[in-house]
Amino acid sequence: MSWDGFPADDGDESVEIAAAFRAAPGGAAAYFEEGQAGVIRSLVSQIAELVSADAESSGETPAAGDLEAQLGLSSHAEAPDDPVLARLLPDGYADDKDASAEFRRYTEETLRSGKISSAQTVLASLPPGGGEVRLSEPECQQWLRALNDVRLALSVRLGITDESEDLSERLSPEDPRSAYIWVYQWLAYLQDSLIESLT
Amino acid sequence: MTGQDTALDAPWVTVVWNDPVNLMNYVTYVFQKVFGYPKAKAEKLMLDVHHKGKAVVSAGTREAMERDAETLHGYGLWATVSHDS
Repeated sequence: MSWDGFPADDGDESVEIAAAFRAAPGGAAAYFEEGQAGVIRSLVSQIAELVSADAESSGETPAAGDLEAQLGLSSHAEAPDDPVLARLLPDGYADDKDASAEFRRYTEETLRSGKISSAQTVLASLPPGGGEVRLSEPECQQWLRALNDVRLALSVRLGITDESEDLSERLSPEDPRSAYIWVYQWLAYLQDSLIESLT
Repeated sequence: MTGQDTALDAPWVTVVWNDPVNLMNYVTYVFQKVFGYPKAKAEKLMLDVHHKGKAVVSAGTREAMERDAETLHGYGLWATVSHDS
């Protein structure tokens, strides 16, 4: 994920009107300003690109690769180098590299396509210009996963390792990443509101 | 896990690890959704993860635990399979 292309300067204004979900018949609903929709769409798109681009660039063995793809097997056996991908596609065993590699071979493609599918659900239901968004219960599930993936990715890029840390003091105001502290917190608030709407 | 003799006898377990990102109510929600646990049990497991750094969330065959871990990865939780020796 890169930090380019996000509206980074409207954070303070948006705090007052932070979008949140509320319970609605059959699922949940929320109203998004155009800027808010843009931030979410951009971040979710980047997750989908990250997860799919990396998948395409590696499984290169022609015939065997195709067969493996058909069987849903991954050519990946090791955890990704990119720490964001490593967090999104974690090892299945804490202390057994061989078992982790085997687990990854059998599960990673499904995991990747699931994350892409969640991202696509968000992009399909959130208009670029913002507006009222009404989600069915299955769509809420996809949104929860997609928002969580974005937050996981942001946390790695922001270096968040301690949940009790005061995030506002995490980075200097000059650090270009500091705007995303607010985005990270807003997405937590948004995700929280979606969970509360469902329970 | 408490009060689960079968779980204690099962050789393989799924462990969920604490992380600073996943929301507490999200983790509880995922445990209810994935395992069908009642809210009280899901909350207790979530708090175990939160306070102890990790918790065993399910037990059974190795294949079943790998399926659980895969499902939890889909929700963004950090889960691993291990042999409960």
